[in-house]
Amino acid sequence: MAKLPAPVPALVERFGPHAQRTPPGGWSARGAPDRLVKTHCCFCGQQCGIELAVKDERVVGFEPWEDFPFNQGKLCPKGVKRYMQDQHPDRLLSPLERVEGQGFRELGWDAALARTAGEIQRIQGKYGRDAFAVLTGASLTNEKAYLMGKFARVAVRTANIDYNGRLCMVSAGAASKKVFGVDRAANPWSDIPKAEAILVAGANVAECAPITTDYLWQARENGAKLIVLDPRLTPIARTVDLFIPVRPGGDIGVFNAMLHVMIERGWIDRRFLAEHTTGWEEVERTVRRYTPEEGGRIAGVPPSLIVKAAEIWGPARTSFLLHARGIEHHSKGVENCLAALNLVLATGRIGREGCGYAMITGQGNGQGAREQGQKCDQLPGARDVENPEHRRHVAGVWGVPEESIPHKGLSAVPLLEAIHDGRIKGLLLICFNPMVSLPDQRFIGEALEKLEHFTAIDFFLSETARYADVVLPGSLMEEDEGTTTNVEGRVIHHQRAVRPPAGAREDWRIICDLAARLGAGDKFAYDSPRAIFEELRAASRGGVADYSGITWEKIDRLKGVFWPCPAPDHPGTPRLYEGGRFGHPDGRAHLQPVEWRPAAEEPDEEYPIVLTTGRVVSQYLSGTQTRRIGGLVDQYPQPQCELHPRLAAKLGVASGDYVKVESRRGAVVVRALVTTTIRPDTVFVPYHWPLTRAANNLTVRAIDPVSNIPEFKICAVRLAKAAPPADELSRLAPEAGGVR
Amino acid sequence: MSELAFFIDHSRCIGCRSCVQACEECDTHKGVSMIHLETVERADSVQTAPQVCMHCVEPICARVCPADAIKQTPDGVTQSSLKPRCIGCSNCVLACPFGVPKYQAAIDQMMKCDYCYDRTSVGKRPMCATVCPSQALAFTTIEEIGRTRRGRPIRRWVFGDEVVETKVYVMVPEAVEEVRLDLVALSSKAEPAPAPPRAPHERFDVAALLEEEPVHGR
Repeated sequence: MAKLPAPVPALVERFGPHAQRTPPGGWSARGAPDRLVKTHCCFCGQQCGIELAVKDERVVGFEPWEDFPFNQGKLCPKGVKRYMQDQHPDRLLSPLERVEGQGFRELGWDAALARTAGEIQRIQGKYGRDAFAVLTGASLTNEKAYLMGKFARVAVRTANIDYNGRLCMVSAGAASKKVFGVDRAANPWSDIPKAEAILVAGANVAECAPITTDYLWQARENGAKLIVLDPRLTPIARTVDLFIPVRPGGDIGVFNAMLHVMIERGWIDRRFLAEHTTGWEEVERTVRRYTPEEGGRIAGVPPSLIVKAAEIWGPARTSFLLHARGIEHHSKGVENCLAALNLVLATGRIGREGCGYAMITGQGNGQGAREQGQKCDQLPGARDVENPEHRRHVAGVWGVPEESIPHKGLSAVPLLEAIHDGRIKGLLLICFNPMVSLPDQRFIGEALEKLEHFTAIDFFLSETARYADVVLPGSLMEEDEGTTTNVEGRVIHHQRAVRPPAGAREDWRIICDLAARLGAGDKFAYDSPRAIFEELRAASRGGVADYSGITWEKIDRLKGVFWPCPAPDHPGTPRLYEGGRFGHPDGRAHLQPVEWRPAAEEPDEEYPIVLTTGRVVSQYLSGTQTRRIGGLVDQYPQPQCELHPRLAAKLGVASGDYVKVESRRGAVVVRALVTTTIRPDTVFVPYHWPLTRAANNLTVRAIDPVSNIPEFKICAVRLAKAAPPADELSRLAPEAGGVR
Repeated sequence: MSELAFFIDHSRCIGCRSCVQACEECDTHKGVSMIHLETVERADSVQTAPQVCMHCVEPICARVCPADAIKQTPDGVTQSSLKPRCIGCSNCVLACPFGVPKYQAAIDQMMKCDYCYDRTSVGKRPMCATVCPSQALAFTTIEEIGRTRRGRPIRRWVFGDEVVETKVYVMVPEAVEEVRLDLVALSSKAEPAPAPPRAPHERFDVAALLEEEPVHGR
């Protein structure tokens, strides 16, 4: 029944997003802070150290935390402005319930929790346990991620829990597990400047992981050669040694052909392969047909660029591979990563200083949140929900019968499909905004409208929470304590800077209260996030992601502890695979041969252009937070469609004109940015905005068969010049989905 | 060890505007950034260029100020105009060869980058150079720059007949000793000069990269 309870402009007027442009009380009222709290940024996986300035129990500003080793005071614009969320006028300060035709009315906490618990029980009683689903996020702390997994399995007892890391790290994680037996960046970032050759594949580092830029430039100052693969000439690609403007989806052509050339030229460490790996022979056989010409044909680039890449990568003594969503957001995302990892293993350059690889984790706790058991296929400690031994261990920690733990459930996109076709009737959602972030937005909206009950926990009313029956106001990162695990696998400590505002509550308290109302109170009797962490340590003991030797005090003392850390006196493990020992039971890395295959939807006569989507530096994910911060809104107020002048000339479009970008699933009308820094056969639209500005109106609901990541990086579209939009939604502020 | 100094390396800049966002957080110029981040030519490139005050050894802005409103500290930092003296004439805005001072109509006063004097005078780094993710803006010693960076830090500029020495350094290729900019062509009222060759920008045309032997790169 969850159609929107009021027209969008009315909801926007009351709940935002509104862009906050000044600190609480205004610039002049700020004065000297009462205290500075050393903590971390709430946004991306870099998890930069930052000091939040607190005055009169309000977060009023920041200072760089120059002693924190990862970023040494460096911050991107999102980190600089993050503090403006704390006293934001859009903060939800009371539970809400929908009133048809009117929007939402305030509701007491007791009534809101009772109604949610009652609906969970009603739906499960009527349709079965798995008819109620839980969707969570990777911006939650480890403690909350652990709690959500346990809540779904022990209190709700549904198999259907998944998280928005499904849109982020799962291709990289699946590939890493297949090859190395471990899902984590292999090296600390301090290894990057020590590499002679660096390959950055599908990672717009300057905008999505800005702090990593200095590590790359340090390497270059030391003499490293840098290679960047991207359909767009991104800010880091501007000055690198070799930029390969690969066609979206063509990466395997480059990787396999590089390996082909390296075999021809003898740049293969055959001794390492023989002693520490399996599968090389088949990889070698597979890449035999990937000549530079064939690779170039697949990748849509001159073969000479691939040869040059091999000439940089092949003979180097040390090297570092970095990859991110550019190669992972594909229906062959896992295969793209596997082909890239073959380049690392073929040279034997891993597990040593200056030698290795990393996936660049996107979300704040993109690493930790996928280890604590909120993925549909995992239990805490990165354990397998279908492995009897793993189930027994976790059941023991939870104090529940092993058989009571549900088996593998649906991942995010199939879960929404199950809602759409009526198999799932109820949803509890936290830290996830599918009405911006999932592909094929029209379908996602239809699915939400079919739910019999939907409760959302959030600190702002996200575009998705507008569909909810009950909204529970939760807490910001700085209003609670806990840990996250950064891009390097370093577990770090988020300090509480202030308490949640009156009316809102810490997320973990909300979940524990709900669990109690579902009759599982004794399993959720925590008095603090620290108590949750202590249980998490025990649950992870002996798992791949072993946190059992980590304490909050140890994190503070060492400025972060890298997992695995299996004992109190263990120093943590900054670099994995030293001595060529990998995570599989045989101790070897398992190379995987990869053949290129086309995307789910390639361009054709009707839709002749490739659309690729991504991020801009001033916005974070679905924008629930960053579209509410004025400085960040003003930096890049609304999505633009980047297109090459050759394509623009055919369409008669100039920079600043509006274009309608249309796929088989939907359309957006956005301004054009005509620039030579993109391939002429490809256009780019960033995805942070909702409604008729949502790039995900266009994207295809196709997923990787192994990781289930959606194919955000390639779908077929057509473009036409459009009149400036003048409809009701376009008249909204740009942060709400309008145009300026 | 010499004192901490300011270095700009344009080859590192990624245009993220962290410097701008952080600068406007300063309580002395609340919500207004004193650093300018120029997008050079977005149609052809993603290149961006941050501009802080270069803190000329003999500040041109102060020299041309008819109200004597612009003062230099003993350690060579040129401050924003003094409010009681500034007459808002914008002489400094026009005279600065780096385009740094800006007239703020709302307060009828010239404001400019002051090297984060509140921070640097007590041994802290300027805010922009502290947060800069690419360290295109760096605040460190000349020895450390020599140890960790390629290229050469310079602080001597020749604008036509005018030689300007600055406190702030800019990183340039090893072979360059000073930057010369001939202003004659730009100021001439005669026939407009022919368009400069586009070669450097065309290096950033992805279409060209796809068709030819690669020419992109250093």
